[in-house]
Amino acid sequence: FPGLADVSISQDIPVEGEITVPVGSHSPDEDYSTLDEPVKDTIMRDLKAVGKKFVHVMYPRKSSALLRDWDLWGPLVLCVSLALMLQGGSADSKDDGGPQFAEVFVIIWFGAVVITLNSKLLGGTISFFQSLCVLGYCVLPLTVAMLVCRLVLLAGAGTISFIIRLIVVVAMFGWSTLASTAFLADSQPPNRKALVVYPIFLFYFVISWMILTFTPQ
Amino acid sequence: AGGAAPGRAGAAAGPGRASADAVSAPAQGGGSAVIDMENMDDTSGSSFEDMGEMHQRMKEEEEEEAEGEAGAGEEEDGEFLGMKGLRGQLGRQVADQMWQVGKRQASKAFSLYANIDILRPYFDVEPVQVRARLLESMIPVKMINFPQKIAGELYGPLMLVFTLVAILLHGMKTSDTIIREGTLMGTAIGTCFGYWLGVSSFMYFLAYLCNAQITMVQMLSLLGYGLFGHCITLFVTYNIHFHSLFYIFWLVVGGLSTLRMVAVLVSRTVGHTQRLILCGTLAALHMLFLLYLHFAYHKVVEGILDTLEGPNMLPFQRVARDVPVISSAVLNTTAKAVALTL
Repeated sequence: FPGLADVSISQDIPVEGEITVPVGSHSPDEDYSTLDEPVKDTIMRDLKAVGKKFVHVMYPRKSSALLRDWDLWGPLVLCVSLALMLQGGSADSKDDGGPQFAEVFVIIWFGAVVITLNSKLLGGTISFFQSLCVLGYCVLPLTVAMLVCRLVLLAGAGTISFIIRLIVVVAMFGWSTLASTAFLADSQPPNRKALVVYPIFLFYFVISWMILTFTPQ
Repeated sequence: AGGAAPGRAGAAAGPGRASADAVSAPAQGGGSAVIDMENMDDTSGSSFEDMGEMHQRMKEEEEEEAEGEAGAGEEEDGEFLGMKGLRGQLGRQVADQMWQVGKRQASKAFSLYANIDILRPYFDVEPVQVRARLLESMIPVKMINFPQKIAGELYGPLMLVFTLVAILLHGMKTSDTIIREGTLMGTAIGTCFGYWLGVSSFMYFLAYLCNAQITMVQMLSLLGYGLFGHCITLFVTYNIHFHSLFYIFWLVVGGLSTLRMVAVLVSRTVGHTQRLILCGTLAALHMLFLLYLHFAYHKVVEGILDTLEGPNMLPFQRVARDVPVISSAVLNTTAKAVALTL
């Protein structure tokens, strides 16, 4: 390159330095550092995530935390506790008139899967597990209603207790439906929201019905 | 170090190279196409369950070495281990190929049948359309000489079946139905889905015999929308326990939806005998199903069953759960008052 022979560089432009690019503050060892932390930290981190989602359900706002980091721990805990509380509601002691544990489980998970498939078929943009996560977490108000109903039934099973239970269950049912609609309806095209809301309404209606007709022995 | 880096990158793209491996695998190792089965060593570790692991390891081995060296390396290995090593190698190749073929077939079948997009066109509806079709399902058409259009959608019928399941559950609870083998929910779902799918298939088969112009999806859709009448009737009569009211609803509401279905079918069939067969069967099944749903979960039948099965139970004295006592009492008295004034 004859043309470059007389190019001179002034002395104050630095032409030397470090050629290696700094990798950043984390080294490969830090990726696996969660293995070395105490078990309490691991569990508390997951519990905090689940607790944060519970708060999101109780105060439904348009936040994407529930959708972004989906997890199925919360729905599992809620489903198991609801199924356990619905035990012992048989009309006779020798036959089971109340729902079995497996029945409640299957209703909740099968119903959630059907609603998810329905919303996907209607052109929804939400993924399968995100939808399961939202529907499972929105069972929380109904679990609270079940708890209240059991406590009310401890006091007696008369007309007043029935009216109290009816009001509580209807209120929680409305809350559940509104909470899940707030999360799920956004992922649908705007003119089809009603088509997605109806199965959710039916799903929580069936669960509320199971809670309301629960009579312990 | 140079070989290791592409190895790691290659392992990340491993699944994409499965087809390439299947082609290159027979080229390596034993060259003989005839396998001497009686000398095959069973303890050479070529069990099918281990094949996944072996396959993974073999892939990684391949990717770390250069292309041409792999075959020579394995042949040398076989010779070094003696005859047993070579036969074990052959066995592993065969099992590996079986694993590949099986995996390919399974993934092909999965992507073909579990593809949800097959059903997508049948769910392409607007709420307005669903509402319109629900109302139309109660209005019998007059023009039966011209084939009537049936919308082949599955959203409405599916939602109606689920609604019927919910109503049935309510009815079973209020009549204190006790299912001895099985669960309440299972019975409700089985009944409703069984009716929808089973009767649709049967009617489609009859339509095929009678040369009617109707497809399976249209049949499912027609029958599904006909359940709207059932839903209304059962919703009203499970709460107001009035026999005459039920019969009126059965005739009027059930009759209207049956007439609509029958008219649509008649418009698509040619020939008097065929029309008669199809419409008679459909009308009979539809009306009888409503009758069954009402009476199967009625208190009177419950009482009779209990007298037959359990001497401890007194018939006609079963009390419904405390839930609908007030509501049904109120509804019953209002219905009686209305009936008296009319």
